[in-house]
Amino acid sequence: MKKTISRTARQNAITYGIVLAFFAVMQPLAMTGKLSSSLSGLLIPFCYYVVLAVSLNLTVGILGELSLGHAGFMCVGAFASAFFSKCVQGTITNSLVRFLLALLIGSAFAALFGILIGIPVLRLRGDYLAIVTLAFGEIIKNLVNVLFIGRDSEGIHFSMKDSLSLHLGEGGEVLVNGPQGISGISRDSTFILGTILVLLTLFIVLRLIQSRDGRAIMAIRDNRIAAESIGINITKYKLMAFTVSAALAGAGGVLYAHNLATLTATSKNFGYNMSIMILVYVVMGGIGNIRGSVIAPVVLNLVLDYFLRKFQLMGDSPVLQFLSDNRMLIYAIVLILIMVMTWSPKMVEKRNALFGRRKESKEG
Amino acid sequence: MTFLNYLISGISLGSVYAIIALGYTMVYGIAKMLNFAHGDVIMVGAYTVFVAMSSSGLPALPAILLSMAVCTVLGVVIERVAYRPLRGAASPLAVLITAIGVSYLLQNLALLIFGSNTKSFSTVVPLSPLKLAGGQITISGETIVTILASILIVVGLSLFINRTKPGQAMLAVSEDQGAAKLMGINVNGTIALTFAIGSSLAAIAGVLLCSAYPSLTPYTGSMPGIKAFVAAVFGGIGSIPGAMIGGILLGIIEIFGKAYISSQMADAIVFAVLIIVLLVKPTGILGKPIREKV
Repeated sequence: MKKTISRTARQNAITYGIVLAFFAVMQPLAMTGKLSSSLSGLLIPFCYYVVLAVSLNLTVGILGELSLGHAGFMCVGAFASAFFSKCVQGTITNSLVRFLLALLIGSAFAALFGILIGIPVLRLRGDYLAIVTLAFGEIIKNLVNVLFIGRDSEGIHFSMKDSLSLHLGEGGEVLVNGPQGISGISRDSTFILGTILVLLTLFIVLRLIQSRDGRAIMAIRDNRIAAESIGINITKYKLMAFTVSAALAGAGGVLYAHNLATLTATSKNFGYNMSIMILVYVVMGGIGNIRGSVIAPVVLNLVLDYFLRKFQLMGDSPVLQFLSDNRMLIYAIVLILIMVMTWSPKMVEKRNALFGRRKESKEG
Repeated sequence: MTFLNYLISGISLGSVYAIIALGYTMVYGIAKMLNFAHGDVIMVGAYTVFVAMSSSGLPALPAILLSMAVCTVLGVVIERVAYRPLRGAASPLAVLITAIGVSYLLQNLALLIFGSNTKSFSTVVPLSPLKLAGGQITISGETIVTILASILIVVGLSLFINRTKPGQAMLAVSEDQGAAKLMGINVNGTIALTFAIGSSLAAIAGVLLCSAYPSLTPYTGSMPGIKAFVAAVFGGIGSIPGAMIGGILLGIIEIFGKAYISSQMADAIVFAVLIIVLLVKPTGILGKPIREKV
């Protein structure tokens, strides 16, 4: 027993170590200006991609349900926190304090939405859950786009029509301007804060997975009926995993929002595409493999950045241009190939025969 | 009168959803999987007609037949290459994620071939609009053709499934794959046939959709595809008349939502319908309750 505990601890240490090592390499390079501008611009995105991928892996890999609305939770976190930051810009001047409060608020709002969505949705399974979470993501995006909030001496005004119907008084300002989103957010995100958030996310997720609760969640994934029969409260544990995942996605959204001057909700950043993009990271890193979700977003983006720069230096190489122009096409092909290679019953059999592993039986 | 006009355009849009939903509902009923790429097959069908008519100068009917052939082949190939290897995989998520990958692949292939700019689709319906009540109600030719086509397809499919041997084989496979196999039914062949029929319907839906809303991009199919799935769930997944009813109701809800509530919120309203249906009556209007065996 003691041996297994130390093994988990060692595995966790390796995962944390990878993040710290990456930080230790990148931070001095960024400080001394040795990184290309495109790469140093990717450092904070790396952090939120990793946070999102790890949190989605909690739903997909550990809970065993496909959520296609992960970007929706990210959107909730981003807008709630950006709205907060914008409101208190004058009162709280310390950017670190402001960011931490925004982080709390963003995650809390995302968690709240996670619970609200989770209670009805987690009664569903598989395809239905996937499509409902997709629907939720789209609803959130639409709602944010018709939301207008303004502030003047009389207080906060709210409308769902346009900024004129806010009826702002003298000196009032529009805080959330519908499709134009929130502008003038202080850019409080830094690579250090991002790395700390990644470590915190890993800590929460790994602690959850390796606890009694985590084992209950995985038991539900592997055999719901058997888990229920030994007295595991299905709804409670599903909701727990889903809410933690949503809250962390919200935290990723906070990091995202405070890395931009203007936050808008388009189909590109908070739509279905973003949810799929995160799913691609999870699948490439390995479903259920947390360390994979840390590595995949970074490696994929580094490779892409490398190709892009190569392409700029070399001028015209049709292959490289094709690769950099059609990133999503390549992702789609790789996604299909990975799924067929790793999950097809025939492939699993062949692989087991090749590596001499015993055939694991899922049934009964 | 505006109310009636909205109702008519709702039924027209709903008929397109119904045709798409038929493809979903058949595949879901028989292969027990959500074919995420179905919406993108619609897009491929529409592009095929667009290319055939604008560059090759084919008349409308041969172009539609060609598009149906292309989509049928595409549907069968997708099933063979991406979905069949994953039948019986340990996790039900495997085939779902693969389907999302196929959907993305089709969109990005279209993006690569046709570019991201919007193509304006010329209508394939030569009928002139029908004016009623002294010109206050207008029914466009597309609406008439769409509604007729959807009725014909539903009747034809019901006859095919209930009266022919391959149709009966589909019913058997949808009830119990193992037992169907023991009765000598070619399960893989039947599922492939289902994909073929569903995809050729998608081609028709693509043409009708783009005739009514004539802007064609690589993403044209994805949103109608998802909404048609909502329609299929609404009507009761696996049920052919259910897909028709669900599609038309959803079309009416969407158009009324756009007209009377908020045009930006129309999609949100459609999805809210899905969530409510799944909570109140998860089997849909005409669906049968599914019993879970331990």
